[in-house]
Amino acid sequence: MKAGRSVNKRRDLLERLTLQGPGLVYLLLFMAVPICLILIYSIFQRGQFGGVVFHATTDNFTRALDPVYRGVLFDSLKIASITTVLALALGYPTAYGIARLPKRFRTTALLLIVMPFWTNFLIRTYSWIMLLNSEGLLNKALLKLNIIHTPLDLLYTQSAVILGLLYGYLPLMILPLYASIEKLDPEIREAASNLGANRFRTFLDVTLPLTISGVLAGSIFVFIPSLGNFIVPELLGGGKTVMVGNLVRDQFLKARDWPFGSVLALVVILFVFVLFAIQSKVEKRISGGAHAN
Amino acid sequence: MGVTYFFLYVPIIALVGMSFNASESPFTWNGFSTKWYGVLANDSTVMKGLTNTLIVAFTSTFLATILGTALAVGLHQYTKSAFLNAFALAPAIMPDIVLGIGLLALFALLSMTLGLYSVVIAHVVFSMAFVSAVVKARLSNSDPALREASMDLGATRSTTFFKITLPSLTPAIVAGALLAFTLSLDEFVIAFFTNGPATPTLPIIIYSMVRFGVTPEINALASLLMLVSFTAVIGAQRMTKLAEAR
Amino acid sequence: MPKRQHAKRRLLAVGSIMVGLLLLSACSSGTKSDSASDTLNPKADLKKQSLVVSNWDAYMPADLPAKFEALTGSKVTVTHHATNEEIMAKLTAGGDSGIDVAFVSGQFAQALAAQGLLEPIHPELMPNLKNLYPEATKLAYDVGNKYSVPYSWGTTGICYRKDLTGFDPTSWNDILNPIAKLKGKVTALATERWLMLPAQKLLGYSVNTTSETEMAKVKDTLIAAKKNLLAYDDTTFYTRLVSGEAAMTVAWDGWCNYGITDNKNIKFVIPKEGSDLWVDTMVILKTSKNKEAAHAFINYVLDAKVQSWVIENILYKVPNKAAMDLVAAKLGATYPNILMTPADLLKGEGIVDLGAAGPMYTKIATEITASK
Repeated sequence: MKAGRSVNKRRDLLERLTLQGPGLVYLLLFMAVPICLILIYSIFQRGQFGGVVFHATTDNFTRALDPVYRGVLFDSLKIASITTVLALALGYPTAYGIARLPKRFRTTALLLIVMPFWTNFLIRTYSWIMLLNSEGLLNKALLKLNIIHTPLDLLYTQSAVILGLLYGYLPLMILPLYASIEKLDPEIREAASNLGANRFRTFLDVTLPLTISGVLAGSIFVFIPSLGNFIVPELLGGGKTVMVGNLVRDQFLKARDWPFGSVLALVVILFVFVLFAIQSKVEKRISGGAHAN
Repeated sequence: MGVTYFFLYVPIIALVGMSFNASESPFTWNGFSTKWYGVLANDSTVMKGLTNTLIVAFTSTFLATILGTALAVGLHQYTKSAFLNAFALAPAIMPDIVLGIGLLALFALLSMTLGLYSVVIAHVVFSMAFVSAVVKARLSNSDPALREASMDLGATRSTTFFKITLPSLTPAIVAGALLAFTLSLDEFVIAFFTNGPATPTLPIIIYSMVRFGVTPEINALASLLMLVSFTAVIGAQRMTKLAEAR
Repeated sequence: MPKRQHAKRRLLAVGSIMVGLLLLSACSSGTKSDSASDTLNPKADLKKQSLVVSNWDAYMPADLPAKFEALTGSKVTVTHHATNEEIMAKLTAGGDSGIDVAFVSGQFAQALAAQGLLEPIHPELMPNLKNLYPEATKLAYDVGNKYSVPYSWGTTGICYRKDLTGFDPTSWNDILNPIAKLKGKVTALATERWLMLPAQKLLGYSVNTTSETEMAKVKDTLIAAKKNLLAYDDTTFYTRLVSGEAAMTVAWDGWCNYGITDNKNIKFVIPKEGSDLWVDTMVILKTSKNKEAAHAFINYVLDAKVQSWVIENILYKVPNKAAMDLVAAKLGATYPNILMTPADLLKGEGIVDLGAAGPMYTKIATEITASK
């Protein structure tokens, strides 16, 4: 009936507003507006001693093109990518292993993965410094066992930064991976092997596509924080590896150049959005294909 | 798989071990001692920071769970727009330094005096995104027929929401809330920019302490944090099991 | 609603937010406070005032605030900042930071004053100013101490382990180009001004130079030096000396004393090419609602007994003649650099804010630290 439908429509609208409204308004106010502020500051100038002077200029954008910043951006992307790949290499088998445990052990296994997260990120990072430095536990042990004769230089290198990032964000890879692997129907795998596919082909053609949403989610959860992190390069890198997060922080805190810092922050945001768009597209394509099969 | 656990726990074991080191320097071992735990208990700065952190974590998780769950359900039921869905998820993928500085700029513009409440506001932003992501994932696997059936039987939308939709989402809501709580506890960058000077949270205090090098007191703190969180989660698990059994 | 109208509406929404923010920020920036100072009441009841003081961790005795509170009834909350840059970000972000008194290095106090953020010092509320050395009233970043009161001062040099180096370094070159056995066992300071200092002095330049050609040479020197570096470290370098991880570090004199406490082989030297004079100061924020208590607090710190206790506690030199006279001689036996006289210190070049050249230094610092 016509009258019933329009009443229904109104009630739908009301429910929609009540449910979505508060959340969206909150995000608008406290996420969209701050980001817009940063956008706005990027076209203005730094005052003589800091602060923002409201004369429009595109100087900040041309400054951002300088090779030193491009170099840092490239390094950051490289480091974040390596970290993500390593996290995937370690995380997938682990998530798979946990999913195949008897049900009663799974929660404990997951908790054990997450527990390191419940100490402080800084303290965990410092523990690595304690372990790896030239007077630290690892070197002392290796020296005692006569495996090496001079201490290894493990810290304050790019590899140390990757290690620190991997350590900090590995649980974020494992959890989404586990969630999507756990949903897999083992019968599908059985069916595939019954049809003659070997383990590797089964994994490639059946398991991986069906778990791609977990892979992609985990990758994003590791890649993006790794990209913007500034603590690990400072501590484990000894300040000798500069990443994009250090750059942004330096502009805001050290140079007190909010406009230029905003431009750099903008570059990071753009990258994040592009990546996210790619991730959604890839996911739609692959999981759409998997479901079609 | 074993490699992963080993990798994750080597520094933890070292950390816990060193918290019992009688010597202050991490490079010499002077015998076993629990004195640092005593020092920790008497350290009022650390205790205040812990209290502040807990206040922020509980409050922001509470608010984020409500906002995030409502948003997820609303989006799932009513919106196919990719933009809005991405908007709801955006805080989770936004680099924290960008969000922190942006919020500081906003608060400065509004001439707000910073305090714990400004950290709560900031934490709700990203916590909400994680809660709604978890709830949404669960919703996409749920059967829309349940809701339709309920409304066909004459229940109003709000009754359906509170009696059908929400209960079926309880595990996801709990998981999302736990995730939000965990993230808020250890969150440093955003809190750093949005906090008032008189109310530091624990990660901020640790940051200023740790720059002098790691003392066994700090290791003791980290060990205790882990222990407390572990107990809390086991407790929550037990409680959910009891609730389900009923 | 069709997609195109959706997009249009969104664009309109974003656009109007931006315009609104633009107007808001332009308006609020116009309300920056004037530089005329308030008249303060010397008889104000301090019990009704409370203070938030921001300082580096362990940079003043832990019970100093409590003793001040016992004396005046004014409650003091202490908050910490790890670097000058952090506290500057909070103080310059706009609005009320909630901080009444801040400890910042001289050149940063200068920048704060230039932005109109500091309350001028009212000498009539600080009788203990008379305890300062005359030299401490003529410091380049704030001549006459109009906006800041010096708290501690010193210089930068090389802090090293004699038993690990085998010799006493005499030049900045000894740490920028270390001998073979010391490569990878030296650290440099990370804060920009002090990152540049060793090269600036080695090349004979001013630490406040804004010349691009000079800074280009500084940059090349430091990029070459990075290859021999263990790490850039502002805070834990003395523990590295104590553990033996490092043999030579660029260090502030007071910091080096912490190392000397732990290991008697550690020594401090000022290279022959010269160094800087840095000063850490106390400033009062204009936004403070407790200005009388803030003055009383600083005055309390300047008391001879109180500040001599500061020296014993943090092992830094202070510009307070009365305080130094009480304890310097005794401490000087273990910590020789405490015996430096103001005349010695003034041989160092005073650090001042770089104004518009600030971002150039940040960029060069990035080029150095990011170099391979």
